[in-house]
This record gives sequence, structure tokens and C-alpha cells, in this order.
Amino acid sequence: MQTDPKTAFLDPLVERNPVIYQILGICPALAISTAMENAFAMGLATAAVLTISNLSVSLIRNLVPDNVRIIIYLVIVASLVIVADQILRTYFPHLSSQLSVYVGLIITNCIVLGRAEAFASRNRPWVSTLDGMGNGLGYALVLCVVAFVRELLGAGQLLGHQVLPTTDNGGWFETVGLLAAPAGAFFVVMVLVWILRAWKTEQVEEA
Amino acid sequence: MEHYLNIIVKAIFIDNMALALFLGMCSFVAVSKRVDTALGLGVAVIFVLVTTVPLNNVVYEHLLSRGALTWISEDLAATDLSFLRYLCFIGTIAALVQIVEMVMDRYLPALYNALGVFLPLIAVNCAILGGSLFMVNRDYTLPESAAFALGSGIGWLLAIVALAAMRERMVYSIVPAPLRGVGITFGLAGIMAIGFMAFTGIDI
Repeated sequence: MQTDPKTAFLDPLVERNPVIYQILGICPALAISTAMENAFAMGLATAAVLTISNLSVSLIRNLVPDNVRIIIYLVIVASLVIVADQILRTYFPHLSSQLSVYVGLIITNCIVLGRAEAFASRNRPWVSTLDGMGNGLGYALVLCVVAFVRELLGAGQLLGHQVLPTTDNGGWFETVGLLAAPAGAFFVVMVLVWILRAWKTEQVEEA
Repeated sequence: MEHYLNIIVKAIFIDNMALALFLGMCSFVAVSKRVDTALGLGVAVIFVLVTTVPLNNVVYEHLLSRGALTWISEDLAATDLSFLRYLCFIGTIAALVQIVEMVMDRYLPALYNALGVFLPLIAVNCAILGGSLFMVNRDYTLPESAAFALGSGIGWLLAIVALAAMRERMVYSIVPAPLRGVGITFGLAGIMAIGFMAFTGIDI
């Protein structure tokens, strides 16, 4: 099975989005999406790890014995995450402390292992890299959309700047505390799934 | 004793792994269609958490944290290997899950038949790795980490079984077509999370 490069890159952006369509890697998507800054950093870190891990897995796909492949993928991904974590820690210590354990949890993000297993282990390096990039960006996109809604309505802010004057500071905007709380993340994702599936009706699940 | 009880209660209700920390979401949504499978997965998660978190605590305290290697030589007092924790933790978890699976298969075939299918799935469940990482973040000691693992596991089991029970009832409801399956599950989980918010502030 060979996928052409264009579909490998573009498909996961909206059409087969990893979060909304495949329901993969939602833990960090929900947990760190209270602020856009965090979502952006997390999305980029995941995309970078995913792209490089897809490339590496694809390069060694003919050398890896089948029964130890998961362990090998895990080691590759874990090493990449260590690098990403160290970079974040050194250059963006503030972000790194905000994301806390969720950077480490990129290792067990189902998207990374899922793409390694389902795509990179069967396809050529170039296509796999594009697939990793596409899935990573599609993932980052959803993270940013969820964070946009939650930060704007939950705190009246965007990227840390106050855009809607809140009632606490004499403005008119009453913050929606629910959206800043964990429960809000579930509802935002639910609405996203709803919107996307109402538009792409072929994704609707059987009753 | 109270201290440990407090850690357990906090991990179950306030910092519930599934509903407040969003860990193990993939299996939380995917394996919550029926109560019995949800229960099996939940028990397996408790089991793996209670074994891996204390083990990783030992690994971290005696091999990785700053100055942990002084038992080899005094020169290593300044060595800090904690950046290797991701690699070490995931290795411990994968190896332990494999061993548990083999031991269970040999000596506890009934339990293996019930939980066997879930064990490989759990090795890459973020609730397990997350448990170990939170253990480091919060500087738990060995007994504290065991209590934390037990509480987190029970909390996760509680959440997934409750969700599965609700999803079984959802069969009789009319759900808008685009929300069927995953969409409405997120909605249910959100309502459950609101319920769990009521526990905030409990302290024993």
C-alpha cells in the first residue's frame, strides 16, 4: 500500500483529523487547552516528535523484528520526547512548568505510536514524514481551536492578553468558569465533533 | 495513617485521573461501551499502577534523581540523570507488564482470561506513565506513591465503570446523528466531571 504524498499530508488536517475523526491523543488535548500559548507549544512539540519518529520508524522498518517493534518504537519516541522536554526546559522554562507532566505524556500519546504502527512501518520515509507532519499539524490545529474557545470564554483572554474586559475589572464580560474547569474541555470537544460530523456526514457512527 | 488515607481520597475524588487530569482518555472513550469490559480494564489499571508507580519510585530515588548514585561512588554526588526518567519509566512499565502477563498466564489462568487482553493495551496507556510522572512531580516517598497509585487506579475504575453504565443506557435514547458514539460520550464525561467538581476541597 503506497499513499501519495499529497493525501498523506493533507488528509489528516481536517478530513481525517487525528483528534476529531480517529479520537486519538485526547488526554493532552483536553488537559492543557486552557490557554492558547500552552496549546500552541504542546501542538508544535507533538508535531515535531511525530514527524521525526515517523521518519525514523520508516527508515528502520525493514530491520525491526516484528515481535519487539512496539518496544523499539517506544524507545525512539521516548528519546525524542526527552530532547523536546530539554529544549522546552532550557528556552521556555515558563511554558515547561505550565505543561508539567504532559510533555512526557507525548510518549504515550496514541497518535505517535498509532502513526508509527499503522503508517510509518509500512511506507517510505518521505511519505511517512509528510504523514507525521500532517497528523501533527492536524493535532495542533484542534488543540489551538479548543484552547481558543476555552481561553476566550473562560478567561476573556487570548494568548495572555485581555481581549474581553471582565466584570472583575469593571468590564462587561462575565467569564464562563465552567469552560476553564476540566468539565469544559469535554463539552468543547463534544461540540467540535458535532460540528465536524454534521458537515462531513460520512463520519457519523452507526446507531 | 491519616496522611495516606488523605492521599488516596484526594487521588480518587479530587484529582481523579480520568475526569480532572485527563489521563487514559483513549481507552476511557474506546473501552467504555460495556460495564463488564470497563470493569476488567479498570481492575487491570489499578493492578499495573500499584505495581509500576512504587517500582518507578525506587528507580527514580536510587538511580535517577540528583545525587542518587552516591551509593556507587562519592564522585557521583552531583550527577543528575533525572532527564532520563521518561525512557526509564516507559521501559519499567513495558517490562513489568510483560512479566505480569507471563506470570498470570502461568499461575492465574482465570485472571489472565479476564484481564489478559487489556494488559498490552495498558502498557501504552497514559494513565500509567502519568501516574509515575505525577509521583516525581509531587515528591512522593515510597509508601506515599503506593497510596497514590492505589487511589488513582480506584478513581479511574470508578470513572470508567460509571461512564460505561451510562453508555449502556444511552442505547435507548435518541441522539442527534452527528453526536452518536464518541460525541455524546464526551458530553457524558463532561457532566460526570462537573459532578466530581463537587468533591473539591475535601481534606481528611
